[in-house]
Amino acid sequence: MESSSSTRQLLWFFAIAVCVKLLLIPAYHSTDFEVHRHWLALTHSLPLSNWYADETSPWTLDYPPFFACFERFLSIFAHYIDPQIVDLHNGLNYRANSAIYFLRISVILSDLWLLYGVCRLTKNADVKRRNLIWVLIVWSPALVMVDHLHFQYNGFLLGWLLLSISFLQEGKDLMGGFLFAVLLCFKHLFAVAAPVYFVYLLRHYCWKGLFRGFSRLSVLGAVVVAVFAAAYGPFLYHGQIQQVFNRMFPFGRGLCHAYWAPNFWVFYIILDKVFSFFLKKFGFSIQIPAASFTGGLVGDSSPFAVLPKISPSTTLIMVLLALSPCFIKAWTNPQPRMVARWIAYAYTCGFLFGWHVHEKASLHFVIPLAIVAVQSLEDAKHYFMLSIVSCYSLFPLLYEGQEYPIKVLLLLLHSILMWLGFSTKFTRASAPNTMVTAKKKGAQSKSIESSSPAAEKGGFTIGWVGKSYLLGLLLVEIWGQFLHPYLLGDKFPFVPLMLISTYCAFGIMYSWIWQLRWIISTT
Amino acid sequence: MVVVDSQSPPKFGDYEAQRHWMEITLNLPVLEWYRNSTGNDLSYWGLDYPPLTAYQSYFHGLFLRFFDPDSVSLFTSRGYETYVGKLLMRWTVLSSDTLIFFPAIFYFAFVYHSSCHSSRKNDCAWHIAMLLLNPCLILIDHGHFQYNCISLGLTVAAIAAILSQRELLASCLFTLALSHKQMSVYYAPAFFSHLLGKCLRRKNPIHGVAKLGLTVLGTFTVVWWPYLHSTDALLGVLSRLAPFERGIYEDYVANFWCTSSVIIKWKRLFSVHSLKFISLTATVLTCLPSMVQQVMAPSSRGFLYGLLNSSFAFYLFSFQVHEKSILLPLLPASLLALEERRPFKWLMFYGLFSMFPLLCRDKLVLPYFALHALFMLLYHAPCGHGGRPRNARPNNTKFDYFDSFKTFMNGFIYLSSFILHIVYLTMHPPEKFPYLFEAIIMLICFYQFALLAFYTNVKQWSLLEHSTTEEEKKLI
Repeated sequence: MESSSSTRQLLWFFAIAVCVKLLLIPAYHSTDFEVHRHWLALTHSLPLSNWYADETSPWTLDYPPFFACFERFLSIFAHYIDPQIVDLHNGLNYRANSAIYFLRISVILSDLWLLYGVCRLTKNADVKRRNLIWVLIVWSPALVMVDHLHFQYNGFLLGWLLLSISFLQEGKDLMGGFLFAVLLCFKHLFAVAAPVYFVYLLRHYCWKGLFRGFSRLSVLGAVVVAVFAAAYGPFLYHGQIQQVFNRMFPFGRGLCHAYWAPNFWVFYIILDKVFSFFLKKFGFSIQIPAASFTGGLVGDSSPFAVLPKISPSTTLIMVLLALSPCFIKAWTNPQPRMVARWIAYAYTCGFLFGWHVHEKASLHFVIPLAIVAVQSLEDAKHYFMLSIVSCYSLFPLLYEGQEYPIKVLLLLLHSILMWLGFSTKFTRASAPNTMVTAKKKGAQSKSIESSSPAAEKGGFTIGWVGKSYLLGLLLVEIWGQFLHPYLLGDKFPFVPLMLISTYCAFGIMYSWIWQLRWIISTT
Repeated sequence: MVVVDSQSPPKFGDYEAQRHWMEITLNLPVLEWYRNSTGNDLSYWGLDYPPLTAYQSYFHGLFLRFFDPDSVSLFTSRGYETYVGKLLMRWTVLSSDTLIFFPAIFYFAFVYHSSCHSSRKNDCAWHIAMLLLNPCLILIDHGHFQYNCISLGLTVAAIAAILSQRELLASCLFTLALSHKQMSVYYAPAFFSHLLGKCLRRKNPIHGVAKLGLTVLGTFTVVWWPYLHSTDALLGVLSRLAPFERGIYEDYVANFWCTSSVIIKWKRLFSVHSLKFISLTATVLTCLPSMVQQVMAPSSRGFLYGLLNSSFAFYLFSFQVHEKSILLPLLPASLLALEERRPFKWLMFYGLFSMFPLLCRDKLVLPYFALHALFMLLYHAPCGHGGRPRNARPNNTKFDYFDSFKTFMNGFIYLSSFILHIVYLTMHPPEKFPYLFEAIIMLICFYQFALLAFYTNVKQWSLLEHSTTEEEKKLI
């Protein structure tokens, strides 16, 4: 049967990914590991009323209640395997094998939900397209690096997002809206796309004449309210809602994360520094700002020397402004097949203009874009560049020496697979350069350059701008890894990171502009 | 593609041995490398591989000294195990793998598939994946810590050179492989007989033999130059290479001597000297059929089978074989993977299984299972042919019972092996027989290896009958 063989193929993809992830179990994990272990202990040992009030560890619960329930569910198994994992006090910084294996395997298993989302999304696509999407999502190096090395549960959360998109694409708007509401109660960071959902659902689902429309609106409203009530109700009952919101929205943090995510504010900061440098040269007296970009807001002082101060509300307005073309399109012509693009665009805007954005948030738009990457040649080219840039921007997350070959290998393999996949899908003649050697990093630019004479018109090629950008990526990496420590030693340690952020920010800005243009130009 | 499990903790043994060799070769003059002296205490991980390994250790030592001088300083660095040191050592293995083994495999794949007219792109990709993702090699080189990739890479390059008719290059490369690890001698009969067979068919055999002989001697001279000035130095090196005093077998390796020692206690019945002689005779006798076939009718396919057979013969009957030596028959088996799919899978499965106790001791259980699973998944890749033989056998009702019996036996053994994995990990052996599980594993693996060796020998002999008719079609 067609569907059973496709399920088997999908499981094959997943099994390969699982093997790779299993091999990564003993590798580096960040403090996020301890965070999640602590949340297991917290939800297991304390009653509901104390979940958001507890202060045993600095890693307080800052995800919405459904995620806390998910941790509670996992903690049942953790307790069964090794009670010390979930011990509130004795389990602090517990690093025994049982804890590591349990938590890593829980992430691997929770990826099954992502698998289900992908499966549902691609069940009607033809074989080549389906395989390509699976390669892009199930074997995504960014997801592996963030979830299975750095340690998070993004696969699980993105599964909900993909499921919601799949239902919307089928026209089942109520289910799609319901799933999105559930997702919001798992991680509120996904709320950036909420306006798009709202506009789309309002127009597509509810705008059907006065009576029917109104009844649909109330049904939708009731569903969403019910979901939120299920999540926040118990805390409302315990009078803890204020505390919950305080924990979920810690606005004491700065505009940028310690490592600047490659977004628009990087340019703003650099521009500010450049202006202050030149203005000082010309004799103006510029005060060195007391505050820093990454620390909290120090009173009312601005961390910027020359340019105006940015506040959280400014970022919100900018995000909404950037989203406005999308709103207009969603309102005037709501089509199910455009949903994935709009949602990805929403997350791109949120990434570029948001407050205290983590570079990991790039996953939120790269994964949904994989769904549409196979639809046309332009999409494929765009996705190729975007995927490489966003994956590279995640490199600083894994800073230890022994993960270096792993992350480079993952990115290289992914680029080669993308290249081969897109080429076989989009060229009329069969495959260009297939004997690509994965010898060194140089292979990437080598493989791209050698295929341009082979592909015909309409084939999958990268223009010279793209090629030079990717080459520049390689140069940035060489500088950061080899030349900088060799030539400058310990001086200016922040320069390589800054270089990576800035360089990737160009790529992400390009992606935003490309997506915006695409959205505006289609009818 | 190789997934690097560089997180696996290095074994104190082989890792320390390699590090110590770098220390020795960096700090002492060449002549003292194999000699017992105040600077070089041979009882503490003395060098027991030929000079090319020593030169390679020297170069890697240079690399290590550039980044972390403390790791290779004389005497004080014994037992040195820091994060940076470990990282650098792993980088040396990784770089050797990438620089030597990978290109050799690609060269071989290029030669093999350009000659094989019926090969498809999918098959070629599958074959390369099977070769590169050899779990045995990855686990031993990157987990257990060795440099087999260099000698195996040189051997593969030599094989590819033979397949593309560049015999002088092949003999030079194989001599280099021999000078890197003396275990490469497992392949020597195959190379020798094939080249001899080829020479005998030419118009002027003496000329061919002389050319090859000179190439071999020349390469040997170049590599062994520092030790050739006196017989003492040469004998000193050679005695390190063949430590006969360690006995005919060690631990529980799945070869003939160790398995039959359950019934016949070889070590008690014979002295080391007579055992040397017995094992030599047995090895030569088992090599003989494949050598004779190649001398009589040399062909590329026969050559590959010959490699497999001679390495099997050595593995099963040679003196002081280590479990890791299963890598040597595995290499030609993987080169032949497209023609002998099922035997290849069996050999890989049982080869890994025979190394399981060793890997458990190294705490490499998780990489073992993950890599094994990855290998099996890629073997059965949906786009390839995985598992199904290239030319499906015609259904013949007469052999139905035999076939189903065979399938049943195979399935039974597979299942029991799988259960044994779990038993070995979880249960404790009885007090009276502390090595019971190792012995059972060894028995099962030996049985499978013996069967496979018999099968491949028969296959190679059958090539002799087809050789006259197929030679025109098949030979490149």
